Amino acid sequence: MKYVLSISIGAVTFLLICIAWLQSGGLARERMRSSRTPDEATRLLLTQVQARNWDKALSSLANTNDVDKASFVHDLGGSNGSLLTYATLEKFDVWPLHANEQQATVRAKLHYSTAVGPLDDVRDFQVQRAGDTWKVSWPAGKLEKPAPQVIPVNYLRWEVINRGAEDDWGVQNVDSPQVRIVSMNALQRPDRVVILGEIVNEDTIPAYINVGATLLRADGNAMAQENSFDKISHILLPKQVSPYRIDFPGVQLKDIKSVRMDAKSMLVPASADPVIAVNRQRLETDPLGKKVLRGELLNQSGQIVNIPHVLASYYDGSGKVIWVSDGYVDQELQPQIPVSFAVDLPDDIAPKVQNYHVTVNHFSSSHTS
Amino acid sequence: MNMRALVITVMVATMCCPLLASDLKAPATVVAGTDFVIASAESQGGTFYLIGPSLVSKREVQNGSEISVPGDEIKSAGVYTALLCSGAGCVSTDFYVKPSSPARLSLLAHPSRVRVAEPNAISAVALVFDKFRNLVVEPAQVEFQAVAGEAQPISQSRTAANGIAWIRLTSGKKEGPIKVGAIIGPAKELRVVRQVASDACNLRIKPEWAAGKFYVSTDPVRDCSGNAVPDGTVVSFTKTDRSGKTTVDAPVKRGIARVQMPVDGNARIFVASGVVTGNELNVTGKQ
Repeated sequence: MKYVLSISIGAVTFLLICIAWLQSGGLARERMRSSRTPDEATRLLLTQVQARNWDKALSSLANTNDVDKASFVHDLGGSNGSLLTYATLEKFDVWPLHANEQQATVRAKLHYSTAVGPLDDVRDFQVQRAGDTWKVSWPAGKLEKPAPQVIPVNYLRWEVINRGAEDDWGVQNVDSPQVRIVSMNALQRPDRVVILGEIVNEDTIPAYINVGATLLRADGNAMAQENSFDKISHILLPKQVSPYRIDFPGVQLKDIKSVRMDAKSMLVPASADPVIAVNRQRLETDPLGKKVLRGELLNQSGQIVNIPHVLASYYDGSGKVIWVSDGYVDQELQPQIPVSFAVDLPDDIAPKVQNYHVTVNHFSSSHTS
Repeated sequence: MNMRALVITVMVATMCCPLLASDLKAPATVVAGTDFVIASAESQGGTFYLIGPSLVSKREVQNGSEISVPGDEIKSAGVYTALLCSGAGCVSTDFYVKPSSPARLSLLAHPSRVRVAEPNAISAVALVFDKFRNLVVEPAQVEFQAVAGEAQPISQSRTAANGIAWIRLTSGKKEGPIKVGAIIGPAKELRVVRQVASDACNLRIKPEWAAGKFYVSTDPVRDCSGNAVPDGTVVSFTKTDRSGKTTVDAPVKRGIARVQMPVDGNARIFVASGVVTGNELNVTGKQ
């Protein structure tokens, strides 16, 4: 009788462990261990990636010996505080593109959950037959690193000393930077109204800016109020221009009489470093058939940019801003090493685009501005 | 006795003895911070109350016919009530304390940064106070001065009305600090307004090849008055060639902005700073 309780506790514990194993996809992993099809091989690899089990993922590849582990982990799990290091692979969809007896191409859409929201990545995997099983062949390549060197960085940095609380009334202070909204356009999208345009810092000092919009009804009352959140470059250097976009989900343009814009600016410490070039920009159609603006980011400074954020403004033939899109880049920007990016563009807007301009926000763990 | 009880006592006494009010005589106006005497027909002593905008005092007086009020008790300008209470009742009177001579200034200069050659862009507002921080509402001459760099000071006089005098100034054509001052009597205040370069003017770029790499740099970036735009001002370079489009936002450093760009075939390069655009460059890269 005295052993009944301990046996019961042991049995319940075992049962709970089994349930947890099943819940975590253990059964699926076991089933796919055989990898009898290209799909299963890809799923097995991605399941190991999902569990961040890099050694097992690496050992499941067809060309394990050719693949550099650091490069493999960097590609799928991120490094140096990049966005992927703050992300988890939430789920993935896999479908075959074409296959023969020995080789196959499988496309996977990876859905990451990141610190800045969901992030999708579409990849094509080459899968090879190895006896009775299939294995993913990973593109061999070493992780690109900047060569050891000294990069002098002597761009300006601005610091701010404000009036103290103990100072007398009327004692001199420094004014907020002067910013100006240079264009504004209201668009009706299928599920929302979008206010977009550009803002310029007209001052000779950096500005922290935010753009807000209030939609007004015919009777003059406010209908909704929103701000640009992360669809803007918040820190603008002197004479720098940033696009902005403000979304009003569930609102119809016909219900709006007017829009009240509000550009707020604040004096903040800032640095002119880093300078990021946006190279090889072109509008393309991605493998899923969506219009995207692709390009390469090149960090021309000496410091790693942990999380780059790309903002693109699109113009029609008359120079009017007709869309603003943005996207976070999942890899960090090492000095002098190009990193590709792609931001999407609605299919109905794409034919009207005559010109575009890309700017880059940057977040670095070593400094905040 | 706390303040509330004191005020109630004074109010009751004032209401009870309106007919005796004329028995206490104070000068019609008194200058803040100066000693003066309140005369009374009451030769007996009593309790003397003085109620002002920022002070209530109470003291026993032995001789009611001549009550000395020290200047320390009337530092704030405004209407005061004096009250003398004895066994026979209370008597009271009102008098006005006016500010003393101008001794302090508050100077508000706006903005703290201004573009060069902007008409009436700088405003300086002076508020005139006496040594006790009372606003001097009587007309007073305020001397405004503006000094830009090593130039001779320019001064203008304005009469303060209701304690305020102001002036508007046009910013100079040369960048640098301008000192704006205001003087009245012994008081002098100084503010510094930075005159900064305006938008870039005649923005021009030129190509450079160095060590097999292609660079684009601007001529020294200046405004239309010839002032160099401050370092850190962003210049946007846009290049279009067969590899696509390249944009770089580069800050001005030591007067010029310079970027390295890969060129593939024939390329067109544009430059802009804020809302100002510059020249266009057509270059041919290495094939």
